Amino acid sequence: MKIVVAIKQVPDRDAPVRIAADGKWIEERELQWAMNEPDAYALEEALQLKEKHGGEVIVLSAGPERVGSTIREALAKGADRAIHIVCDDLGAGAGGGLRNFDALGVARLLAEAIKPESPDLVLTGLQSEDLGLCQTGVILAELLGLPHATLILHVEKTDAGLKVKRELEEGWFQSIEMPLPAVLAMQSGGNKLRYATLMGIKRAKTKELRAVNAAELGVEAAPVATLEQISAPKKQKSTQMLGGSAKEAATALVEKLKTEARVL
Amino acid sequence: MSVLLVLEQSGGKVSRLSWEALAAAHRLAPAQEITAVVIGAETDALAAEAAAKSVGKVVRVEHPLLKTYTADGYSKALHQLIQGQSPGQIVFPHTYQVRDYAPALACRMGQVLIGDVTGIADGPVFMRQLLQGRLNGSYRHSGNGPCFVSVQAGAFRADSVETQGNAAPAPIELFTPALDAAQIRTVPSEPFRESAQTVDLGSAQRIVSVGRGIKGAENLPLIEALAGALGAELAASRPICDNGWMPMERQVGSSGQTVAPKLYLAVGISGAIQHLVGMKGSQCIVAINKDPDAPIFEVADYGIAGDLFEVVPALTEAVKAAKQ
Ligand SMILES: Cc1cc2nc3c(=O)[nH]c(=O)nc-3n(C[C@H](O)[C@H](O)[C@H](O)COP(=O)(O)OP(=O)(O)OC[C@H]3O[C@@H](n4cnc5c(N)ncnc54)[C@H](O)[C@@H]3O)c2cc1C
Repeated sequence: MKIVVAIKQVPDRDAPVRIAADGKWIEERELQWAMNEPDAYALEEALQLKEKHGGEVIVLSAGPERVGSTIREALAKGADRAIHIVCDDLGAGAGGGLRNFDALGVARLLAEAIKPESPDLVLTGLQSEDLGLCQTGVILAELLGLPHATLILHVEKTDAGLKVKRELEEGWFQSIEMPLPAVLAMQSGGNKLRYATLMGIKRAKTKELRAVNAAELGVEAAPVATLEQISAPKKQKSTQMLGGSAKEAATALVEKLKTEARVL
Repeated sequence: MSVLLVLEQSGGKVSRLSWEALAAAHRLAPAQEITAVVIGAETDALAAEAAAKSVGKVVRVEHPLLKTYTADGYSKALHQLIQGQSPGQIVFPHTYQVRDYAPALACRMGQVLIGDVTGIADGPVFMRQLLQGRLNGSYRHSGNGPCFVSVQAGAFRADSVETQGNAAPAPIELFTPALDAAQIRTVPSEPFRESAQTVDLGSAQRIVSVGRGIKGAENLPLIEALAGALGAELAASRPICDNGWMPMERQVGSSGQTVAPKLYLAVGISGAIQHLVGMKGSQCIVAINKDPDAPIFEVADYGIAGDLFEVVPALTEAVKAAKQ
């Protein structure tokens, strides 16, 4: 099976975030970056499918230079080769930078890079940890004219195509059968993620990493939905924060729970 | 401009989230300009339910091939319906089903979904969460086509949606899309559960819930000791169950259980919306998190911003001491 996995580099979960001066995004200098978690699960599923059925795993990512580190991580884990759609966040480059593309625009970029590969399967994570638009996989399917399913935990190859396990709300699941080629948006947690081995990291350096300039893909930014401003969330409740040492805070909390909230 | 509201059913009734989406639609247009859409193979009961609410009109999109949900069936049918009209906005509840097909439907019309919206300001400007609730973003739609919007669970109040009162129910129209079995490429099975549920967190009085801040399964005894001292049930955020550190039946949130104990103590949980929807109804919420800006503090009654590895043992001692 030839599998393309679209991965996104996102701010590391534990990295502190600050709103940038323009109020439109976060300050990216000194930020740590990581592979979007659901995408890591998509990659894991792709690698396991390849181990079972043979074929090739190609990782695809759009973003500025820094995205290279996440692509290399995927190669070190076992992907065979990579395509990097190079596009600055802002300023020069296609349509004034990746941030001017909405979900449809980004999916168009990815779709253009995927088409010449004619893969059997395209995997994405079900949503990104930064923008959380949860649409890329579904739009890709539409643009590529392929069937799709989202919130997928397991993928099984059958004679007719695929049988996948889809998560539903409140602890329910369902299975879905579909022909190949197809697009799946993967949910976190279906597999155990592997670590890159030292050998893998070494080998990654020799693997093909093809850079494609976003401008060459012929996609206009033309956003219909724009993020105008970001802000810190407002509190829904007035939280009593209990300070002091751990012991002081703990004692104060127990007192509050007993006498004020009366839940002990 | 008019609004098309796509309702979803659950157990043969219009779902509560759909009525929350109607409350959001009321922020965009007066009731007479809202068309509620019900979809399925048999929609008369759903349509009657919708017609009693404050909407201008109800459309039944009905076809035998819409008996069970498929992304292909739903997006084809709705696309045909929308093409004949020019609504300003198309509003959905943000459910697993909607996120499965609405982006494709929007794409077909050259649009994108502004998904998981938590608020609507004049403009309209749509608020949604970024970075798993650590920040908010405001979005605006431009261009000529309809604006696709899905509404986050709990963001609008379903009980604020009025019924038609004594007035006659809204008129109901039938729309029969042209669908062909060959156009539906996926075959879904009946829903199933993995294993019988043996823990019922729903009836627990006190819950201590642990998240990724615990770092590893080897640290769980710390949490167990606190739960023991409080006489509380143990629960967890999703990554803890994904890692197999706790059984999935102890997971709280949109893909786990919904709980409403007297006391919910969240330890090392960031407070992503998928977790919050499962515990927001708790009477008293306590959060322990080293990040003072963690979203969990937005819903907490009491908070301790600190390292759980120091705070939890101290709290266990304090609870024990208070009992003596
Ligand atoms: C469709 C879908 C369904 C989902 N369903 C669910 C669901 O049912 N339930 C659920 O929980 N999630 C669900 N999720 C996942 C959800 O989006 C979050 O990823 C998840 O809730 C995060 O878990 P967490 O808070 O434990 O981890 P993180 O978000 O990683 O948070 C860890 C927190 O621990 C804090 N921390 C770290 N170290 C310490 C320390 N030493 N002391 C104190 N605090 C510390 C950090 O500051 C951080 O706030 C779902 C996601 C999707 C997309």
